[in-house]
Amino acid sequence: MTDSQLIAAALAVPATGAGLVALAGRWPDARETLTLAAAAALFAAVLALLPAVLAGARPELIAWDLLPGIAIAFRAEPLGMLFALVASGLWIVNSIYSIGYMRGNKERNQTRFYACFALALAATMGIALAANLLTMFLFYEALTLVTWPLVTHHGDAEARSGGRVYLGILLGTSIGLLLPAVIATWAFAGTLEFTPGGILRDAGLSRGALAALLALYMFGIGKAALMPVHRWLPAAMVAPTPVSALLHAVAVVKAGVFAVVKVIVYVFGVDALAGSGAADWLPAIAGFTIIAASIVALRSDNLKRRLAYSTVSQLSYVVLAAALLTPLSVAAAALHIAAHALGKITLFFAAGAIYTAAGKTQVSQLDGIGRRMPWTMGAFAVGAASLIGIPPAAGFLSKWLLFQGAASAGHWLAIAVLTVSTVLNAAYFLPIVHAAFLREAPGGEPAHGEAPWPIVAALVFTAAATLALPFAVGVPLGLARSVAGIPPAGISP
Amino acid sequence: MSAEQLPALVVVAPLVAAPVALLARRALPAWMVATAACGFSFVAALALAVQVTSGGAVSYALGSWPPPWGIEYRVDVLSAFVLVLVSGVATVVAPFAWASASAELERERLYLFYALYCLCVAGLLGMTATGDAFNLFVFMEIASLSSYVLIALGRDRRALLSAYQYLVLGTIGATFYVIGIGLLYLMTGTLNMADMAARLSDISSTRPVLAALAFITVGVSLKLALFPLHLWLPNAYTYAPSAVTAFLAATGTKVSVYVLLRFYFGVFGTRIVLEELPMSQILLALSVVAIVTASLVALWQADLKRLLAYSSIAQIGYITLGISMASREGLTAAVVHLFNHGITKGALFLLVGGVALRAGHAGFDRLQGLARTMPLTSLGIVIAGLSLIGTPGTAGFVSKWYLVLGAIEAGRWWLAAFIVATSLIAVAYIWRFVEAAYLAPLGGATPRAGEAPAAMLVPAWILVAASVWFGFDTSYSVQGAARAAALLLQ
Amino acid sequence: MTAAASHYSYWITVLLMVAGLYIVIARGNLVKKLIGLSIFQTSVYLLYIAPGKLIGGTPPILAEGFRLYSNPLPHVLILTAIVVGVATLALGLAIVVRIREAYGSIEEDEILAADRAAERRPAESR
Repeated sequence: MTDSQLIAAALAVPATGAGLVALAGRWPDARETLTLAAAAALFAAVLALLPAVLAGARPELIAWDLLPGIAIAFRAEPLGMLFALVASGLWIVNSIYSIGYMRGNKERNQTRFYACFALALAATMGIALAANLLTMFLFYEALTLVTWPLVTHHGDAEARSGGRVYLGILLGTSIGLLLPAVIATWAFAGTLEFTPGGILRDAGLSRGALAALLALYMFGIGKAALMPVHRWLPAAMVAPTPVSALLHAVAVVKAGVFAVVKVIVYVFGVDALAGSGAADWLPAIAGFTIIAASIVALRSDNLKRRLAYSTVSQLSYVVLAAALLTPLSVAAAALHIAAHALGKITLFFAAGAIYTAAGKTQVSQLDGIGRRMPWTMGAFAVGAASLIGIPPAAGFLSKWLLFQGAASAGHWLAIAVLTVSTVLNAAYFLPIVHAAFLREAPGGEPAHGEAPWPIVAALVFTAAATLALPFAVGVPLGLARSVAGIPPAGISP
Repeated sequence: MSAEQLPALVVVAPLVAAPVALLARRALPAWMVATAACGFSFVAALALAVQVTSGGAVSYALGSWPPPWGIEYRVDVLSAFVLVLVSGVATVVAPFAWASASAELERERLYLFYALYCLCVAGLLGMTATGDAFNLFVFMEIASLSSYVLIALGRDRRALLSAYQYLVLGTIGATFYVIGIGLLYLMTGTLNMADMAARLSDISSTRPVLAALAFITVGVSLKLALFPLHLWLPNAYTYAPSAVTAFLAATGTKVSVYVLLRFYFGVFGTRIVLEELPMSQILLALSVVAIVTASLVALWQADLKRLLAYSSIAQIGYITLGISMASREGLTAAVVHLFNHGITKGALFLLVGGVALRAGHAGFDRLQGLARTMPLTSLGIVIAGLSLIGTPGTAGFVSKWYLVLGAIEAGRWWLAAFIVATSLIAVAYIWRFVEAAYLAPLGGATPRAGEAPAAMLVPAWILVAASVWFGFDTSYSVQGAARAAALLLQ
Repeated sequence: MTAAASHYSYWITVLLMVAGLYIVIARGNLVKKLIGLSIFQTSVYLLYIAPGKLIGGTPPILAEGFRLYSNPLPHVLILTAIVVGVATLALGLAIVVRIREAYGSIEEDEILAADRAAERRPAESR
């Protein structure tokens, strides 16, 4: 297959997979085999695309003109490849996990669940490979809409109100802020093509106008969960845990920060933005989100809610890194997308495993659970270590680059924020690990062991990957470097 | 047949079909005649659209009296665009009407329904094709009189009162229009619109001409349900038979918008309408109020059909908002939204017609858990609803894109913000349906008879598919609208 | 004669127009509303026809000795408009008959009251 066909395959495989899953709804085994097959085929297609992109090629697929002068077009570039690789790879793991979780909890409407999941992946691939803003916006909206049935999966009053917040904030920000920003960009720049160096450089906008446009983008991309548009993410936690794990720790939120990085790098241009000073306010907002969300996480007793606020905080690491506007920090932003994805999916997998095996949802109920579920809580510890930034877990790597970038920019506020937040991360994760392994379990509880094996297998795998990433860092780091435009030998982690 | 005769043939086919259907006196042949006539008009309109895109406007002198003495049928890119919409929707709704009207009306009087349907189609097509201002009035009355009867056929007795109210307001509107034409005739001595435009350029600022502009504006605005002249619309749409609602919502108000465009830009000219008189400011203010109030009122309706009727008033506000910008983008937006909204609202009313067939009416109490018993209908409503919101990948997005672009290029940021903010109200009212249909448990009043018959579902889904198709392939809709906008601004 | 007086037909036109419109708005009886509507439409007939007639003008037939012609076109137009007006009136009256059958009244306020009453008991009206 040519590279263009591979791009088409990356979009078509999950979409077709969704159709087949819907058709096979009556036969659960066939349905789940199809999901796994689609996931594997998607990952293979993305992998096959990788060598060309690493070699510097930018394969394209121009589908057709949506509006005169603006095409639906796709281009595989390093940042998108990194995102596509993470999302498609984790889809396989997550599918295995989903089978265990959905069967273990005897969930209803499983066909709708798997079909929407595949559609969500198709939309994610569209975002990752989009060659222009309009294409990205199209799939960005599609992702919101196809994940809504997943968020409201249980259909009860809680799911309904969670779904309202989810849809209200995501559609409200994207239609209300992002769409005008895209149209304004079209009006000012005359193009929406993602171009290295940015397309707004020659539009002759004043500093104030650029800052306003940037604000429209940053808050318009609600999926990046910058405060105060972060509330959809905790609301989305009413969804079944596999949804929270892959979509609301990886695909959807990463689509948000991915879009943020894309917009800063390819629409505004790092140098142009740094020169204009229009982004000076952004690190402060991102820093505030990091600290504030960490504090909320610290005070949340519900495990999934704590993880959700941790995600809000970690997403702003990426925004902060991109907003520092140095090559190193942009590379850090790209790398953190991958590192956080691995760590956070592990944590969510663990939360789902605890719910499935023990029916527990609160942090305060977890005393001594590590002895009954050693694999799960071991993986949880690894994921937590990664997010705190303890070597050798993956999160250390991106945090290290981020510190370097902040130092090279001389941005002391950023360094302070990173330091404080690392302490806070430790404060909201380590007590869980401590309680799980070192406290006595309260007496009189029904005995339980580990969750069903697909769940355990999936979370052990992602935990292992978290630990392995720093040793197999070539591919992600290579991609991250070329996003930032750093020659291959420019940084040494 | 040659291209010169097409403008007349488009109109004549349904006009002749009406008495034929009447003479048939039985439902099936009448329906076949009506469907064939609509289909013929659609093909002829498509041929015309091809013709005018490549070769410029086509003119046909009725009875071989050359214009400006005789009545001229004149089809340019704008009128061809509207002709395609009207005849296309008529062709799609006709098969739907077979199943829907058969269920809603007495069988022995069904042939009358099809005769009236043909008359209404002929009237709307005639309004669009004619180049003669008085002939336009005649066709306007043909369309209006037949639609009054069609609305009065609704099962609910409130349909009668709605039809009566529409008759009174519609007649006032048409009479205002004809007063305006009378004043213009007094000043120019011609009824041919092109001729009129040429002669008006010298005397455009005289008081009778300004009065004519005022009368025509008010008269046509009544017909197109511009706020605050929209009062006839919600009841008429709610209580009319489903097929009639779908057809009128998709085409009736749209043709009136066309007439407004034709007179503002084709007859009076931008100088008098936009520079001497504050028409664009007035239109802008009315559109803004229409969008906000109608959207908010829609949000609280207890009946989906009525909700969609109020949404129509808001959507017409978007069209007139585009007109008020009077820029290339604004007019493109207005014309493309006229087309896109016609398709989208047509699809929605057809689907709701299916619900009404199974449930008696489309109150929200009958929609609880509807997705389980009528999955295809529910999915269609969601997709067309997304187009109404303006989600990317649907026709509505294209309209919204040009509207916001027009606002931004005019430097009116508040207007851009207003347009996107009000689309969010559309999200809220569409999601009322989504939550009821998909999340609520199956209600006691929800119809359990399964999907609507295929004869209703297939036409509805054709329009649903069209509202997605024109969100991806805009080569026809946007380019046609852009050409029309360029023509209007010449 | 002053200009205002010589154009007295316009004054009549305006009078009929406003009177007709007032009846439509002010009257609650559906038949009376239609009468007002007809008066309103009649004003238009006058608006068209009066200016077409020239004092001393003849039908436009080319013949020796006749130089001043009246314009026949407005007459023809209004013939059409009258037909439309009659059709509208007939249809309006027919609908009123049906309304009377359905509601037992042709007074607007009574009909609206009946609808409101029926909405409180939704089962019957549907």
